[in-house]
This record gives sequence, C-alpha cells and structure tokens, in this order.
Amino acid sequence: MTSMSDTTSRARAVIVGAGIVGNSLACHLARLGWRDLILADKGPMPNPGGSTGHASNFIFPVDYSKMMTQLTDDSTRQYKELGVFTESGGIEIARTDNRRQELRRRASAATAWGVPHRLLSPEEVQELVPYVDTEFIMEGLYFPTVGVVDSLRAGTLMREEAQASGALEVRANTEILGIDLSEDLKSVRAVRTSSGTIETEVVAICCGVWSPRIAQMAGASIPLTPIVHQMISVGPIELFADTLGEISYPIIRDMDTNMYERQHGGDMEVGSYAHRPIIVRPDEIPSIEQSVLSPTEMPFTQEDFDPQLEEALELMPSLLGNEKAGVRYAINGLISMTPDGHPVLGETPEVKGLWSVAASWIKEGPGIARAVAQWMNGDVPDIDLHEADIARFYPHQRTRDHVTARARESFNKMYGIVHPMEQWESQRPTRRSPVFEQEWGLGAVFFETVGWERPYWYDGNDELLEKYSDQVVVRNGEWESRWWSPIISAEHLAMREHCGLVDLSAFVVFDITGPGALDVLQALCVAQMNVAVGRVIYTSLLDERGGFKSDLTIMRLGTQWFRVVTGGSTGMTEKKWFADHLPEDGSAQLSDLTSAWTTFGLWGPRARDVLQACTDDDVTNEGFAFGTCRTIELGGVRVLASRISYVGELGWEIYVPIEEGAIVWDTLFQAGQEHGLIPVGIGVYATTGRLEKGYRAFGNELTADYNLVEAGMARPTVKKANFVGREAYLAQREQDPVARLCTLTVDDHRSSSGTLRYMLGGEPVLSLDGELLVDEKGRPSYVTSAGSGPSVGQHILLAYLPVANAQQGTKLQVEYLGERYPVTVAIVGSTPLFDPENERVRS
Amino acid sequence: MNVLVCIKRVAMVGARIVVTPDGQEIDTKQLGFTVSPHEECAVEEAVRIVERLGGTVSVLTLGPSEASEQLRDAAAIGATHLVHLKTDGREFDPIATAQAIVEVVHQLEAVSGTYDLILFGNEAPDTGDYQVGIRVAHSLDRPCVTGVKNLEVAETSARARREFRGGDELFELDLPCVLTVKEGINLPRYPSLPGRMRAKKAVIEEFEPVWQASLVVKEGLRVPNVTRERAEILGTGVDAVPALLALLEQIGVLS
Amino acid sequence: MSSYEPSRNETQHPSVLCLVETDDGTVIEASLRALSFARSLAQSSQARLIAALVGEIPEITASSLGSFGVDEAYAVTSTQLSPYAPVAWAQALRQLLVTCGATTLLAAGSDRGNEVMAHVGALTSEPMAANCFGATRIDDETVRLSRQRWAGSLIEDSLLRSTTALMTVAFDGVSSQRAEHATTTKISAFAPNLDESDGRTHVARWTGRSAGISLADARVVVGGGRGVGSADGFAALDELAELLGGAVGVSRAVTSLGWRPHNQQVGQTGTRIAPDLYLVSGISGATQHLAGCQSAKRVVAINTDPDAPIISRADYAVIGDLNQIIPALAAAIRERNSLTS
Repeated sequence: MTSMSDTTSRARAVIVGAGIVGNSLACHLARLGWRDLILADKGPMPNPGGSTGHASNFIFPVDYSKMMTQLTDDSTRQYKELGVFTESGGIEIARTDNRRQELRRRASAATAWGVPHRLLSPEEVQELVPYVDTEFIMEGLYFPTVGVVDSLRAGTLMREEAQASGALEVRANTEILGIDLSEDLKSVRAVRTSSGTIETEVVAICCGVWSPRIAQMAGASIPLTPIVHQMISVGPIELFADTLGEISYPIIRDMDTNMYERQHGGDMEVGSYAHRPIIVRPDEIPSIEQSVLSPTEMPFTQEDFDPQLEEALELMPSLLGNEKAGVRYAINGLISMTPDGHPVLGETPEVKGLWSVAASWIKEGPGIARAVAQWMNGDVPDIDLHEADIARFYPHQRTRDHVTARARESFNKMYGIVHPMEQWESQRPTRRSPVFEQEWGLGAVFFETVGWERPYWYDGNDELLEKYSDQVVVRNGEWESRWWSPIISAEHLAMREHCGLVDLSAFVVFDITGPGALDVLQALCVAQMNVAVGRVIYTSLLDERGGFKSDLTIMRLGTQWFRVVTGGSTGMTEKKWFADHLPEDGSAQLSDLTSAWTTFGLWGPRARDVLQACTDDDVTNEGFAFGTCRTIELGGVRVLASRISYVGELGWEIYVPIEEGAIVWDTLFQAGQEHGLIPVGIGVYATTGRLEKGYRAFGNELTADYNLVEAGMARPTVKKANFVGREAYLAQREQDPVARLCTLTVDDHRSSSGTLRYMLGGEPVLSLDGELLVDEKGRPSYVTSAGSGPSVGQHILLAYLPVANAQQGTKLQVEYLGERYPVTVAIVGSTPLFDPENERVRS
Repeated sequence: MNVLVCIKRVAMVGARIVVTPDGQEIDTKQLGFTVSPHEECAVEEAVRIVERLGGTVSVLTLGPSEASEQLRDAAAIGATHLVHLKTDGREFDPIATAQAIVEVVHQLEAVSGTYDLILFGNEAPDTGDYQVGIRVAHSLDRPCVTGVKNLEVAETSARARREFRGGDELFELDLPCVLTVKEGINLPRYPSLPGRMRAKKAVIEEFEPVWQASLVVKEGLRVPNVTRERAEILGTGVDAVPALLALLEQIGVLS
Repeated sequence: MSSYEPSRNETQHPSVLCLVETDDGTVIEASLRALSFARSLAQSSQARLIAALVGEIPEITASSLGSFGVDEAYAVTSTQLSPYAPVAWAQALRQLLVTCGATTLLAAGSDRGNEVMAHVGALTSEPMAANCFGATRIDDETVRLSRQRWAGSLIEDSLLRSTTALMTVAFDGVSSQRAEHATTTKISAFAPNLDESDGRTHVARWTGRSAGISLADARVVVGGGRGVGSADGFAALDELAELLGGAVGVSRAVTSLGWRPHNQQVGQTGTRIAPDLYLVSGISGATQHLAGCQSAKRVVAINTDPDAPIISRADYAVIGDLNQIIPALAAAIRERNSLTS
C-alpha cells in the first residue's frame, strides 16, 4: 500500500463508503453521465463492514413523512428492478388501546400515500403468522407489500453496473487520510487516501456512522451519532426447516415492546429498540482489524437485551420457547441517528463540493442516492429533500451534546407513538428570547423551534376562556388535545377584538448588501425586487422546475441593502440558497443578523393605538402604509417597523436590537394595557390566524412538488427579470392546473363513539365513495394544514384537490384515526375565510 | 454425578489486539467478552454428562464482577450452580488462581460432597499458561489428564482420550479426577431463549479470593510486528493453474 | 545483561536442562527448537546445556543432540515412565534437576511439554512460564523473558523470579538452529526414584496414527473455509490433498457449521500447522485462523476477493473461484503425474 501512496490521480467525484448508499450513488451518477468516479472504502468488498452488512434488510412502506415514504417507495422500486426484493408482508401489532389508535393513524397515513393495508383481528394475524399467541394481540395492521431485500447484493450490482459502464473505479481497503481544501478553505481540492491522493472537486460522504469523522477532515460537520440497535438470531426454527428461500411468513413489528421478529431462512431474527440508548462516539468505532465481526457489529451486551426476552417469548411462545432453538448470533449493531430523525443530505454549508449522503436506512438508500445524484448533477431532485437538507442545522444542533441528547431521547421512540407536536425534553432551553423572563411570568407554555423557546400560548390568558366561551371549541378527543390548549383560540379572539403581542425571536434575519445585491434578489425571487426603498415584499422562491424553494419577506432598506426575514425552521437552508447564488466577484455580501435582532409582532384593530402611544412618529395609515417599513423611535429605542401581517390584522413586525428587546416589549406591553393588549402565542400566529386567512406555509402547502398556479398564488403578471424557475413558472401559467389548493371545512365532527374529533393535518382526502383523491400527476390529496378558525367558527383544512373536485361546495371526506368525516370545499384558491377583502390589514 | 467446571472470562479479539497506553493490559474498551472456547466445550460436556447420568453442573469463575456474565452464559446452556470468585480486576497468576479455586472447592465440597469431575479448559486463550487445572489437581491430590477431546464417564471412572501425534491416547481414571478439555470434544449448543431466562434468574454464590503477587512479573505487553509483503498474484481463475502448477513444482511438493 | 557472571563455584557448573521428546528415536522438531532456545540461553549465561530424554539414547539421537550443542544428555529410565505418565515424567525431571544442579528447566511448548512442565511447577510450587521465545538470565534468581499470549498475537515481557526457572518454548516463535560447533554429547543414565502413585495416571492405550497424514506434521496442507460453500464442496479439497500427499485443514467457521470434524481445524483452538506449503482457499483470514498457520513456510491463497486479509498474509495468490480452480489444479497434477510416471 505504501508504494502506491505517492501516486496522484484525478476524479470527477470521489464517493467515500461502499454501503448501500455509496454503491447506489456511484450507479446513479454514472447513469447521469458522470465519468471518472472513484468509490473508496477502507474495508473489503462486497461487505466493507458498515451498517449495510448487518442490516435486517426489511422494508415497511409507510412513514408519516411524505419524503420518507417517497424515498422508500423509490428504493423498493429499484430493489425490485435489481431482483433482490422478496415480498413477505408485514404486520404491526397493537397490545394496548393507545397503540390501537396509533395503528389507525398509521392506516390513515397509508391511505394518504396510497399504500395497501388492512386492519386485522388477532385471529386474522394468527392465520398469517401461525406462531403468534393471540392473547397478547389486540389488533394488527397488515401491509401486504412489506418485503426484504438483499442490500449487499443490490450494492454490488449497482457498483458493477457503474464499473461496467466505464464510469467507476473501485478502491477497496483504501482509508481516507485527509481532505485538502482550496486556499480560501471553502471548497474541496483533493482527497488523500492510503492508496494515493485523488484530485477532485467533489466528495460524497456515504460513510454512515463514520460520516462525522470524514466530514471533520474538511472542517465540516455531519450531525449524527452512531447508536446501538440490538439484534439476535434464534435457530434452528423447526417450522422454518421446510420453507423455501429467505422468508415465508410476514414480518412482525411488536410496536408496544419496540421489537420486531423476522424470519431469516431457518432462523428468527429478533431486533429491539427497547433497550437503553447506547451511544458510541464516531471515533470510538473499532477498526476493522480490531473487530471480531465487523466494526459496526459491536459486542452484544446481554443485560440490555434481557428484559426483551420475556416479551418476545410471550408473543411467540412455541417458536422462540423451543429449547432446541438457540441464540446463534447476537450483536449490538451500530446505526446512525440524527437530532431530528431525518437523513443528512446535500452539500455541506461549510465546504463547496463536500456532500453528505448520510443517515439512511436500507429502505431509503437507493432512493436517497438517486435523488442526491440528481441534486449533485444540478437538477432538481424528483423527491423534495428539504426536510433532509444538511444545511438545516444551526450551530447548536451540530454540537456533540445536542446530537447525542436528541439521539438518546428519540431512540426509544423509534416504534413510539409520537404526536406531531410532541416536544423534546433534552437540551432545553438553548436559545432564549430577550423577553423569556417576561413570558415566563405571564405563564407562557414554551414549545421549541430550532432551539428557540417560543410561547405557544399563555396559561395566564386562561381568564379569556370564559369571556369567549361561546366561540372557543374545547376538544374532548385526547389525541388532538395533546400539546394544545383552548387558550390558543381565546388569544386569537382577543387579538381580533383588541390586539396581541407576539414574540417572533425565532426569525432568521440576514442582509444582502452591495452593488450586486439587487441582482441577486431579482435572480432568486418571483416578486419584483426593484422597488422603492422602504417597501416590504412577500415573495416565493422557486427551484428550476418551478417548485417551491422558499417563501419569505424582504425589506428594501437602501438601494444596495435588502433585509431578508424568514422562519426559523427553514432559515438555514434558505441562507445557503442565497449564499450559493452570491456573485463570485464579491459585489454582494450576505450577513447573518439573526443573533442581532429580535422581532415582535403587534397585531389587532388596536395595534395602531398601542404603537402610537409609544412613538411620536407618524404611524397612521397615510403615514405608514401597508407593505412599507421604516425606522421609528419607540421610547428610547430605534426600531425597524414593518407593516405586514401573517394573522390578517392591522399591525407591525417590530425589529429590535436584541439587547433592547426587553425594554421595547415592556414599553409596548404597558402602553397596550388600556387597549386590551394581551400576549399571544405562536399557536395563533402559526395556525389559527394563518388558516383563517388562508396563508400558505412552506413545507405544508408550499413544497417542491406543487407550484404557484396550483397554490393559487400566481400574480397577474410575471416580472421581466429572469429568476430561478421563471421559465417553468411561465409554462405552468400556460397550462390548466391539475390540482388546486382549497380550503375545506368539516361538516360533522362526530365520531362513531359520539366524541367530536378535530383533524391535525396529514389526513387523506377521499371521495364520498371512499376513494383516495389522486390528481393527474399521481399526487394524492391530503390535508396539508389543519386547525381551528375561532372567528369563523369552523375547523379549517387546506388540501390540494384534483381540479375535478376543486369546486366550491363539493362534498368529500377525510379519514382521521381510522374514521371518516364529511367535509365541504369552502374555497378554491387563496381567498381567505376571514375578512375576504383584507380590509383589516389595510385599515 | 457432580461436575464442577472452571471457566474464565476472556476478551473477544479481532485480527489485531490493541494494548493500553501504559502497555500493561489489552485495550478492551470496544471488545466483548466470552467464555474461552475450550471451556465453553467443558461446560457443554458437563451438561451432557449430567443429562445422561443425572447430577449437578456447577460452574466457577475467578474474575471481576462482570465475569458474572460468563457464569450466566453457562447457566443459559444448563449449568445449575454458579460460583463467582470475585476479584478487583487484578490479574491472578496460575498459582494464585489455583490456590483460590482449591480453597473454594474445599468449602463447597464440605457442604455438598466431592465433585466427581472437575473440568477446565486446556489453556486460556489470553494468558496461555497451560497449568491451572494441573495445579488444582495436585493440591486436591486427584489424577489429571489434559487436552481431552473425548470423554466417557461412568459412575466411578472415566475414560479420556486425546490426540497425540496423529494418534489417540487413552487414559483410564478413577473418579474423582480433574480433566482439561479442548475445543472439538463437542459442538456446544447455543443458549435457548428459555435458557437465557433461567440464566437471568440464576443465583450466584460469591467468594472473595486472595490476590498474591506473581513470580512472573509482567513488565509489559506488546503487539508483534508483522510486516509482510503483499502476495504475488499468480493470475485469475483457471488461467492461473499453469502458474500454480509451476510453483508447486518449484517448491518441490509434487511427487 | 550480557555482563551476567554466574556466582556459582567452579566445581558446579550452572546448567540449563531441557526435556527432549523423540518419536521413533528422532528428536521432534519442537524439541529441536527448544534445544536451540536452551542453547542460546545457556551460552548467554555461560552454562552447560543438558538434555533429558526418557528411555535409552541411541547413537543417532546422540549425534543429533551433539549437532545442537548439547553438552550432556541423560537417558532417564524407569518402569513408571513408559507408557507415558505425566506425573512420573515430572517427578523424574524434578529429581534430575537437583542431580545436575540446573537452574533452568525447559521443554518444548508441545502438548506433552506444557503438560509435564505444569506438573513440575505444581510439584515444586514454582512458577512456570509457557511458550517463551526469548530469555536472558539477569541474575541467579531472575530471567527476563518474552512469551506468547493469544497464541502469539500478543507478547508479554516478564521477569521470572525463581531459583529454578521453568519454561516451555513457543513453537512458532523460535527456529531450530544447529550449533556453530557440534559437541560430543556425554551420555549418562539417570534412574529416578519413582513410586507407583507417580505412574497412576498413564496412557492406557495408544492407537496409532489414523490413516492419512496428520495435520500437524503434513508437508502440504490444503485449507478450506466457509467460502467452500458446503460440506460436499470439500471433496475437491480432499482429492487435491491426496494428490499432494497432504492433509486438509479447515477454519473454525467450517467446524462450527459441522461441515468437517474439529481435528481438521487449523487455528488457535485447533491444530497449529507448519507445512512447506499451505494452499488456502475460501478463508478470509481471521486471527483465530492465522494463529494456527504462522509456521507455514509458504502460503498460497485462492480467493475471489483480492482484498481479503488472507491475501496480504499470503506469499502467492490466485484470484478466482476455488470451486473452479481446485478441480482444475487437481486435473493438471494428475496429467503431469501420468506423464512423469
């Protein structure tokens, strides 16, 4: 090996890691016409010792995330094409009432994504899987399309395809020693390996649990941690002796015990996510030479698995309880865990040309690889990957403490019943607004967003419940009353009657400045950005295909000075999008001011009275028009006021230097007392206020697979200046949309048991005869956002509907927790239910 | 038939052993532990003997508190009594180990009678001392045969066979006796899940052995330097057969 | 360390005593290695090298002892010693040790060597260091030694503190080397004082070598691992081994799977082999296995994966499917044999 280390070669891209992801990525890049690829792994082929080698290799097709479901679906299709997929079926088992409800929720998700499924009685479960004891089963959810794959073989086939096409050189037993960067340390120049240096501008890290270690060589971070998943293999199982092939019985997921049981030839594999979270540092993973089995098959710790034995035996007493069947293989298998459970994909924000393709399961590997290959190729991936974008992480989310704490917390939720609003317990609080103390004093109930503690509602506002009792809906269904309070509705009504003060500290704020600033913005934004100084513009950002990349507001503060404001959860990806489009000549710069400015929203009919009480500046409608911004003096502080609203009320976003945030809050709060001002939580801002106004949210309604026309956001004209996605947008405008975003209201909330139930979002939309609505592009209709509309007295749902169904007054159904509820299309397009003429915001 | 099996907790090492920075121990941070392979067979042999003749299988280990895991491993495949000579982690040399075992055997036998058979592994893979069983046999004044790969046990006697230069040596012994066995005497069973459950609940009798300094004073451990050139590739597939044949000719192994 | 001066008086030379095992009158290789080791230890401490053999010492054996620099050899005879009885052998050695005033007693790290020396250790209550491959005497009570742990994957450096140093010699760590100057070995008889109890445990019956060549002694070993694919797959290896006058050796995985008996297992817990040629196929090369073939003179590996660990431990390699190559090689050998005969 040393004799080769002097040699230098060149590659278009170096793919590090020959697990399922790296092999697939090599194949897909080759299919896209890339040549001179090198795939390097420190281990031998075909099993270099990563997590692919010990994966249990089964695929359940449903996830609550559309992205994950699509990635799994695409992967399954690829595995089938490679001939390595065996359909076995799979059953999720409920042992408890709560789990039974959860199975129904999963069934609804399956309906939404068009995945075949069926609820089974215990006896029906036993018919399919004769060795289960029905005593411990309440219900089963059967997915007939579940299957197992040979992921090692799939990887080999894909690698060999790329080799055969002449695009790929494979270097086994080649360790990465370092990554060399350009002089400005901003882009990749070469990879140093034990078999020589490879000059390249592109490195894809597909190293699973080792990924952080490799990224670190380039000064970048990939926030994931190796964590142990225990698995044992028990055999020989007499019943399996005569079965053909790898698997003949459906895989069982015993959800309440966090375990699965899966036939593997003559053995039964039992895997567990029930044991204590066992975190391993990436630099503690043993070398290949030190390992007994492989580096990611760490020594089994019996005491961690012991408590699971009993539950496994309960469910399959005759089969696993046979004294002649022994534990033939047992490992602490390493898998990757990220702080939010999603993969970590895309070019690292730190280093150009350094790509992360990490934290993938077998079930997503080929799909992820195909999508990332498209992305690397400069195309828009077929599957919207924004939830998995590596750029999403804030600095604190990249710390070892954060990654391990969140991994530890989410490990036992792998099979858990996780509410969509469920809050993290660890690493809190991390980011505190300057008025955290005031909010605490007002009884704020804090929810976390990207580290920020945001009041979701204020328990101190509970007296409003009585005042608005005739309009506030109380939820009796346990599921939808979790992580929710009727106070949200009361705050909403009070704000609409008087006014409310909302803490928006989680906003991401960055300035684009310089002679080239306008060009940068024009090239990215759909809206005309060449506007007067002092204008505030809400705009969408598109990808090349005309799908949504972002939506945000931009203030023009000077001829060469724009301030971009966007939401916390997507801010970091958007920042990278802007940074990637800055001119190379340096004529425009981006500066992140998130930690310099805090923001308060002051909204409601009395907002002007409150603001005027605090300032001598002219804040009349004539003096301070809607859609403008300017600096005013508020008490002894100069603040930037921007007259826009996300809740459909008169008012301002007020930007304050963070150290002066508390005094400004106090000033407004005191002045507001005589005008009925109350503190208002994010529950109103993000849900009730927004939905009554039909405002679309990025990630919910605004995703890469829908467009401005379908979302009802197309403006009469398109600006002349070119921008990303313009061509596609023009084409979209020429065609009749196949789906349109509609506002739906629920006609009857009564469930079969008589309880009034309220949807939370994600529910499939069905025709009256129970068929899932699917548009001409094959996109299923599901509820993108759902929430109360206290002022309109309706539970509001947004959903894209096929044009045939997108007619006002159309009667449809939605499925929620296994039951169907009648709904009516109230509005087609963007007209709001509340204040349809938008008189309030302009008053 | 009462059988006592003495086992040792040893690390499971891969292709390369790593020594701690002070050079005194092997680095076991990322390693698992197991019953040494010969002894795993010894436990299996004992269980089979008792399955056939009735009686008890006691398993004894001398080691740190974690060595209870190996006792439970033995229980999972059928050991009925577990005995732990709990150390503070210091290495006991063969003399100290044998003395500690003998003392406990005296105590145990005083209560429940003489062990007809005391089984050891032929040698521990980690230290490779080849002598604890023999030292115990001398102290107890019982006959001893090492390296046993075939064992027939009757009520009062045993016939033990072992390999010697491609042949087969037979020893006939009266019970009680001490035997050290080698892997290959049987193919040990895997623990069943019910076995694991029993092991979990098994009671472990604990003793505190007395450590004594060894007369083989360890100065340090090191990993041998193995530098070997990469193999010369003779060819690929059956095309390489002529080259292979020529090589065999050259080495002189063809008649 | 080389400055060690023996403190004993002129009349009693310090000496190193080494148990020598023979097979049909021939000193076994392991004992030759032990003698080589013993000689260098003796030379470093200006001691005499004395050999102990059980039974008479024929002329031919004496001359081979001489070529290994043995100054004096004792033919140890007693009815208790044969058939082999480990305690009797140990008692005899212990008595001889006293008689010849040796400060060091060595034996090969063979099954018997380790067994007898462990008994000597137990009888004398002295420590015994097994599988040493380096030793230097420091003073009358101290030998600095290096010994194998983990079948040679790890080395322990130690000080052996005992007036009588008991050691066995690692087979894989030492080579057999004749003395620069052959000596004329003085042969003496030694009749130990043994009683019946010393011979109580003895070989009751010895069944001769089973048919075929024993794995440990084979000049050629044809090795097969999990990659052979099935129990039936070994037929081709058997055939090749027969053609080469060798034996088949297998990995631990193969015996665990029950494809082949354990006595064919090469490795730390199986048989240590030392052939001229180890032709190994379908084995990736785990430590447990490599520990058993360290003494093979040449390793030729057949493997589908050019990057398997075994390839880097081999001298020659063929990349490809053993199930094709092995039969083809056997056919080629048969053809060659038919031409030459």
